[in-house]
Formats: sequence, C-alpha cells, structure tokens
Amino acid sequence: MVGIVDYGVGNLFSLGSSFRAIGREAAVSSDPEVLAKADRLVLPGVGAFRDAAQKLRASGLDKFVKEQTAAGKPMLGICLGMQLLFEESHEYGVHRGLGLLPGRVVAMDGRLPGELKIPHMGWNRLQVSRGRLLKDADGQYVYFVHSFFAEGCEEALSAVTDYGIPITAAVEKDNLFGCQFHPEKSGAAGLSILRTFCEL
Amino acid sequence: MITKRIIPCLDVRNGRVVKGTNFQGLQDVSSPVELGRYYSENGADELVFYDITASAEGRKLFTDILTEVAATIFIPLTVGGGINTLEDFDRVLKCGADKVSVNSGAIRNPDLVREAARLYGDQCVVLSADVKRVAGQFRVFAKGGREDTGMEALAWIRRCVDNGAGEVVLNSIDTDGVKGGFDLEMLEAVSNAVDVPVIASGGAGCEGDFVKLFQTLPKVDAGLAASIFHFGQVQIPHLKGTLKENGILVRI
Repeated sequence: MVGIVDYGVGNLFSLGSSFRAIGREAAVSSDPEVLAKADRLVLPGVGAFRDAAQKLRASGLDKFVKEQTAAGKPMLGICLGMQLLFEESHEYGVHRGLGLLPGRVVAMDGRLPGELKIPHMGWNRLQVSRGRLLKDADGQYVYFVHSFFAEGCEEALSAVTDYGIPITAAVEKDNLFGCQFHPEKSGAAGLSILRTFCEL
Repeated sequence: MITKRIIPCLDVRNGRVVKGTNFQGLQDVSSPVELGRYYSENGADELVFYDITASAEGRKLFTDILTEVAATIFIPLTVGGGINTLEDFDRVLKCGADKVSVNSGAIRNPDLVREAARLYGDQCVVLSADVKRVAGQFRVFAKGGREDTGMEALAWIRRCVDNGAGEVVLNSIDTDGVKGGFDLEMLEAVSNAVDVPVIASGGAGCEGDFVKLFQTLPKVDAGLAASIFHFGQVQIPHLKGTLKENGILVRI
C-alpha cells in the first residue's frame, strides 16, 4: 500500500486516483498509525513553502516522515513535497525544510533569461542523468507548475528540464525521491514513473 | 523548453456532452468520461469541461460526472461554467479539478479572482474573457457573450491578472464559430498586455490556423477549440505532427 501523507495542503484526489489507475492501493491519511503500515510514502504539496512547512510540523508528521525514511522506507516528494526535503527555502523569507537532502529552494524570478513566464507551467522534457526512479523516463514530457526551484542539490540531482536555465526536475538519494513535476498529471509518462516508484 | 498546448473544450449539460462527437470506437459519444479518456489518450495536453447547466439538479450531476472524469484522466483538468463564489471553487476542486475558470462570476464580483487566488494560488485561477469589437474598442461581454458590459477588455484582463488570475483564456466573439482562424489582432493585444499564459480560443477551423497562431504570436501558449476536435475535422495527434513539422514545439 502507498501512504499519501495528508498534512492539510492541497488536493490529493488525483494522486490517490493515479495509484489506483496503476492497480496500487493508496491511503490518504494524516494518521501515523495508518501511514506506518504503508510500504512506501508520498509527500505531496502545493502552495507556499512556509505554510506547508508549518503545517507539517504542527501535525507532527515531520518527525514521522524523518523516522520512516531513516528506517529505509521509500518516499517520494512531489512538487512542494520535493522542495520540503531540502534544508531551506528562500520563498518570501528563509524557511527551514526537513533537511533530508542538501540544497535550497530559490525563486525563478531574476534568474531566468529573456521573457520567460513565471510560473514555469506546462509540459517540459526530462533530461535524466542518473537514478532508479526515472530510468525509463529520459526525454519524456511531464507537467510542471512552480515558481521556485531547488539548487545546490548536485549530490542528489537525477534530472533537469530546460527553462532557459537547467531547472531541477528530480532528485534521489538512497530511499528518498523527489519530483518537481506532477507525475499524477503527466499522462502515461507520469503513471509509468509512479509504477516504477511502487516497484523500488 | 515548454511546449505549446492543445486543449479541447467540452460543454456539459445535465451530465452529458452537448452535441457529442463522431469518433469511431467510442460507444457513448456524449459521455464526458469516455470523451475525457479519449482525448487524454490521444494527445490533448489539458482538458476543459464547461458546465452549461442551469438547474441545481444538473449542477449536482455535473459534479458527480466531474469526479468520475478526474479519476480516469491524468492530465490537467480545468473546469468552468457557473463559477460565482468561493464555494463554487471549492466544489469543483474537491471533485479533482486542477484549475477553475471564471467569467461572468468575476464580472459580477471582481473580488472573486483575488479571493480565490489567495486561497488556492494564482495557478488555479483562470480568467476566461469573451471579447468583441464595439465602436473600435475591445469590449468584455458577459452571460455567454450576450451582454455588453461596457468595459474595455485590456484594462479588465490586466486588472484580473493583477488580482491573481494565473492564466487567461481569450475567446474572440468576432471569430468564434466562423472557422476562419484565430483572432490574431486581439490575441496580440492581450498577450502584450499581460505576462501570464494566454490561451487562444474562438475561430480555429483547420490545422493551418494553429500553425499560423503559434508562428505569428510566439507569446501565445495554447490553442483551445471544441467542435473541430469533436467532429474530427482536426485530429489532435495529426495536428501536433503538423505543428512539429513547422518548427513549433509540442508534446508528442
């Protein structure tokens, strides 16, 4: 079973449906007892970093997530859920993340060349350099919606996408995985990535 | 780099797709679920479902259907029609919509865009504007294009974007249904006025119209159409092949 960590941020409907579509049972829950029974976890998230980080701490699920991943359980952070894995974010101030991966989250604003629009929204292509999660996904188009991105995370970087500059698209280190894009909104390519995650 | 998006729009009344389609292999050409799946498996980059129901029963039916659609398609889903309050946003987002499109609701209550953007994020709020030329001016129309609001369109669109609309669907009433091509003049004016994605709507009649749109106006992000897709005059996979041959970046 896949445990989708519900800490009050975002709409988890599609995520649950996408696991069911590939024949996997998924439980959306904020209860550590329920989530502890899952053989892998998904940390979702949309919205503002500070708000999400606060909610994660207030629910106590930050400690739970750290314990579970330290014990070796595979975990996939998606979008803001990926950004939370890092040490800190510079989204309207400096805010502490889970610190599970080295790196920080910074604004696209001021870093992109030319007239590129922010947020980076739409389908963009994965350039996969390493890792298990995206082993079959090089060159695939996936769906992004974000205005901030992770940098200084070379150690865990597994894929980038080109948006005037290389943008961190995915990271992985041991049993920790993160996608800046939304696999649950990326059509067949996205479902295939979720299937791989379930087999790790 | 980000691709240009091709977006079919489906009008739903009382839980059924109005007019239906004539695709081969589809058992029920008026089923939003079957059509949604068909498009998502055949090259659509995003889907728009527009609720044109007037009754409360019809609305309930729409949200039930929407939940089913959202559970079967895994590309971004935008929902519009009858969005007047934050409760309407909440209702369709809970059914699995990713973005919500507002039109007359924003005209009646201009704070709606700001409040929704604050609550759900800019990326979730799509401004849909029906625009027509009146006395040498671009004017915003309400109530499905029947009522001239008297408002100048560029100022209105800019105001909604400043309030947090993350995307603009520009539907030109002047070219809608004519199938003689998108309204490039109007689209150019709007895409120069705002820095959020602009989606062209109204007027596409053939593949060449999409090629011309993206070649003439590289700032336009997406092309939206309804009947030409539903009746197979333009097949999305073939359209994308043509766009690619013409040097336009698409997801294939």
